[in-house]
Amino acid sequence: MSLKTYREAINEALLQEMQKDENVVIIGEDVAGGAGTNGEQDAWGGVLGVTKGLLKHFGRERIIDTPITETAIMGMASGAALTGLRPVAELMFVDFMGVCFDQILNQTAKFRYMFGGKAVTPLTIRTMYGGGLRAASQHSQCLYPMFTHVPGIKVVLPSNPYDAKGLLIQSIRDNDPVIFMEHKNLYDTSGEVPDESYSIPFGEANFTREGKDITFIAMGQTVEICNKVADTLKKEGNSATVLDLRTLSPLDEDSILEAAEETGKIVIVDESYPRCNIATDISALICQKSFDSLKAGIKMVSPPHTPVPFSPPLEDLYLPSEEKVMSTAKEIL
Amino acid sequence: MQINREELLKAYEGMCLIREFDDAVHYEFAADAMPGFVHLYVGEEASAMGICMNLNEKDTIASTHRGHGHCIAKGCDVTDMMKELYGKKDGICGGKGGSMHIADLSKGMLGANGIVGGGPPIILGAALTYKTKKTDNVSVGFFGDGASNQGSISESMNMASVLKLPAIFVCEDNGYAESTAREYAVGGRILDRGKAFGLDSHEVDGDNFFEVYETAKHVIENARNGKGPALLHVKTSKVYGHFEGDAISYRTKEENERIKNEEDPLKIFKMKVTEAGLLELDQLEKIQAEAKAKIKTAIDESKKAEFPTSKDLLTDVYIKY
Repeated sequence: MSLKTYREAINEALLQEMQKDENVVIIGEDVAGGAGTNGEQDAWGGVLGVTKGLLKHFGRERIIDTPITETAIMGMASGAALTGLRPVAELMFVDFMGVCFDQILNQTAKFRYMFGGKAVTPLTIRTMYGGGLRAASQHSQCLYPMFTHVPGIKVVLPSNPYDAKGLLIQSIRDNDPVIFMEHKNLYDTSGEVPDESYSIPFGEANFTREGKDITFIAMGQTVEICNKVADTLKKEGNSATVLDLRTLSPLDEDSILEAAEETGKIVIVDESYPRCNIATDISALICQKSFDSLKAGIKMVSPPHTPVPFSPPLEDLYLPSEEKVMSTAKEIL
Repeated sequence: MQINREELLKAYEGMCLIREFDDAVHYEFAADAMPGFVHLYVGEEASAMGICMNLNEKDTIASTHRGHGHCIAKGCDVTDMMKELYGKKDGICGGKGGSMHIADLSKGMLGANGIVGGGPPIILGAALTYKTKKTDNVSVGFFGDGASNQGSISESMNMASVLKLPAIFVCEDNGYAESTAREYAVGGRILDRGKAFGLDSHEVDGDNFFEVYETAKHVIENARNGKGPALLHVKTSKVYGHFEGDAISYRTKEENERIKNEEDPLKIFKMKVTEAGLLELDQLEKIQAEAKAKIKTAIDESKKAEFPTSKDLLTDVYIKY
């Protein structure tokens, strides 16, 4: 066990799985970097350095730099998964799904069902999401509700370094296509991460705080926001439960209902666009299956229904924050 | 001609089976006996057979919405295919795929495809698997003249070229993208698009089995030997319309007649092999009759077969809720 960043935890998961299984290959743009140049090889290691250092272990045969060609990347990764490799494809920013979604939506997500159960597609797509870096409308979206909407793919949102490593190892070993979503604001956060390999099963949400007055349901980066709000509330004499969903598909319905029933007061914090998002989905689930346990209307903290703005004060107004979560909680406490 | 008697018989058997299969589907569909959308391959048989006869069981192909011919040429069972078209439980995909998504991975058939231009990106992956595992297999991606205008095709040819993958791209150009003519929709030449990406690119007469077979043999052998990807532009024509139910009003009567009478790959094959004294007419007729009987059995069995039930609805996908 040692202190590692979210970035290091992901890198270590990739390293260990590639050492364990020679069928694991990494495919993406600049995942090593410097291809075809006379300068440094492994120049980038991914645009934010997440795959840095893997090239020296595995060479260009397994760390495959591609042209900027997302449809071909996703198609190649899907076809490789279908024929015996266990690829980890990198989509640099989730926003770029716009140019290659067909290969996920209509191809890889459908293979197993459409081919009558005969196809196995062990594909992991790693991608960056989320706001906060002033990256504006085309490099800051969340989009995970879109993937969660599609049957056949699994959607994973690690909120901390420990989960990032364990969930990525599980993603690579899983025989279905997985979209593994890394919030770009989390890369430099750190936490205790075991040095050895371990996996965290899908569909098991994590209670990061246990309380009896109010329940926060969170995912990805919003987990830490909710943890901080819960800690502040505790000092004020209110105890809060925080549930980290960890995976959106499969969804741990049992833990959601348990968390809801514990307090009867629910705040769901979701950084994605507010219409048809995870917060509205979970709200509907609780209303359908546990309506009688509610002591107040369910509250949701999500951005307004606009593209992500660029200007720092605007983006700060846009994103969920501790202040917004706290004031929303106080409306029902 | 570098093809022996046994292979000639196999080629004609395959082409007849494809012809009889899709002709039968044409009649069954018109009689309202078959659900869904079907797109028929009649008139293009020499392409599928000429290419797939150069492949082994471990090589793979990805097909198009007009995929029955590719499936048969790659060795898929015609009865299991027919059951799939009828939506039956014992169909090749358990009745969950249908005509546009037929696949049989055990035969190296990675799927027909309901998305125009959907298959070629996938064969990049199969070819990457062969390159990574250092086998001498190849993967073939079929697409049409319509799909040639999709970005996915250009991206795939470029990627195959950059990574020197054992990938063969086959553009089956039947002159029409749905109801729109190639002359209207394709800027420049399809062949030049392959060349532009550095692919070994060839144009062949798709009505002539021998031309397809020989050219495919050349590019597939090269790909097996690490010489990289290729493009075959196969010029052909289809007898029926884009989908079943298409009145084909965009083609003239003369063109329809010409396609049927002068551009029929089975007739051309028959003429060539009998004139050269390689096979006898009665042999060829026997093969055709056998294919017809085989397809009739496939239809009879498919009609009798059971539909899937509610138990099958939630299988073959991750589901917990």
